Amino acid sequence: MTSADPVVSVHDLRKTYGPLAALDGVSFDIQRGETFALLGPNGAGKSTTIEILEGYRDRTSGEASVLGIDPSAGGLAWKARLGIVLQSTGESGNVTVREQLSHFAGFYPNPRSVDEVVVAVGLEDKEKTLIRKLSGGQRRRVDVALGIIGRPELLFLDEPTTGFDPEARRQFWGLIRSLKNEGTTILLTTHYLDEAAQLSDRAAVIAGGKLIAIGNIGEIGGVAARIPIVRWREGDAIREQRTHTPTIVVAELVKQHGEVPDLEIIRPSLEDVYLEMLGENTTIELEPAL
Amino acid sequence: MTTIAQTRNLPAGQTIRLGISRVSYEVRTYFRQGDAVFFTFLFPLVMLTIFSVAFSEQSFGKDAAGTTVTAAHFYLPGMLAAGLLLSGLQNMAIDIAHEKSDGTLKRFAGTPLPVLSYFIGKIGQVFVTGALQATLLLVVAGLVFRVPLPTEPSQWVTFVWVFFLGVTTSAVLGIALSGLPRSGKSATAVIIPIALVLQFISGVYLGFSQLPVWLQNVASIFPLKWMAQGMRSVFLPSNFEALEPGAHWDLGGVAIVTGIWLVVGLIVCRVTFRWIRKDS
Repeated sequence: MTSADPVVSVHDLRKTYGPLAALDGVSFDIQRGETFALLGPNGAGKSTTIEILEGYRDRTSGEASVLGIDPSAGGLAWKARLGIVLQSTGESGNVTVREQLSHFAGFYPNPRSVDEVVVAVGLEDKEKTLIRKLSGGQRRRVDVALGIIGRPELLFLDEPTTGFDPEARRQFWGLIRSLKNEGTTILLTTHYLDEAAQLSDRAAVIAGGKLIAIGNIGEIGGVAARIPIVRWREGDAIREQRTHTPTIVVAELVKQHGEVPDLEIIRPSLEDVYLEMLGENTTIELEPAL
Repeated sequence: MTTIAQTRNLPAGQTIRLGISRVSYEVRTYFRQGDAVFFTFLFPLVMLTIFSVAFSEQSFGKDAAGTTVTAAHFYLPGMLAAGLLLSGLQNMAIDIAHEKSDGTLKRFAGTPLPVLSYFIGKIGQVFVTGALQATLLLVVAGLVFRVPLPTEPSQWVTFVWVFFLGVTTSAVLGIALSGLPRSGKSATAVIIPIALVLQFISGVYLGFSQLPVWLQNVASIFPLKWMAQGMRSVFLPSNFEALEPGAHWDLGGVAIVTGIWLVVGLIVCRVTFRWIRKDS
């Protein structure tokens, strides 16, 4: 496999459970070194997609390739090149952070040093603490540490920052950026749209098992969805106007009304664009239930 | 970019090396679980103590020289056999059922840890804890309850092979049974009754010769009866052989029946064990 080949390649991926289509023809590629966010509401098919790529589930049809290998047939050497951070688990945790990391480091041919990883996830004060005595957010950091200890080429992060406080989240973002600088390819799912906007190069939105949008993080959803909105109140009614020239719109409002009540200029964030997209796709979301 | 070429990249001996690293990890975590230590590790010792105290006035027969056999002496072989069952079957079945449902195995499934290394770790843990448990039982029986321990080397040879065959079979059957409970929460409720019934019918808590013949025959299907019989041949006076079915220790039967269960257990493990049930 050459460096030009995509690290992850998915074509027309389908997964059905009886009559229910959890994934209904999803296609995308992830290039080497890219951070790719998979977004979508709960039950949309994000985790099904990521678990097929991790080798945890078999697909019903379609093609999937991860590091040049079919994930349904990936062996130990293939797993040695992956890092997987699952959605939170409930292990008994009768080992210390350091014991757990040293133990898992032994599974991989070229692991990171335990000291380096402990510092990277900010658990240097807790390394001698039993994992079961950690808080939820701290346990989540151990999950992340176990995901990166093997120096993976491709890192799967399934809702990695659930339970993090804002400071821990910022610290985590720094860690992901440094992994990215080292050339790690990352596939991320998250419910925090600001996180996706901060970290990823490209994103795809899945709803109802279908890919409804894919693109660079600054462009996804199309140009129109990102036109600024001027919002104000006239009497009891809230008025909105989409415009490329919000300053001029506001100037005219001032000329007509003087002081404008509840005036806002909104530059749609990824979250606004995303919510608008899902709003348009609610019918698609309901389909599999029928 | 073939899978085969990449598989060769993993260092040789990895499975064994990781297996050994798993053994020390497993033993460490085992002793950090208070409930497992009590119900599987210390339980036979607690029972031996209770029986010795409760039946301290009672005679369990006399040896060839006419010395009275005490309760501790009479129950020691049964408690050693119970230890094999608890440390192996009960401990493994519950432990692995928990690891299935709490996500431990799912995490391993995403790493290059070979399944065989995991098994080596589990069986190694049972070996280490089972050996410590047996040693503890023998030391307490000998020093505290004054049980006369065998002096013939041949009897200790029998002890060693019955112990190793028994502990391995018990561990493998535990791994095989770990698929039975539907969740980690139900594991204790499913496994403990199985272990308990086996102990009652196999001559652990009740003298085997006092059981009706049909029940003895039922118990003879299962390996625990044979492990207990092997242990009795080591620790009870030779004149007690007359009380055995067929008035015979039948060590050949011990080896054959336990060995068959070992093979059955290995086949069930090989066929049914998966890190995770895909699409469950």
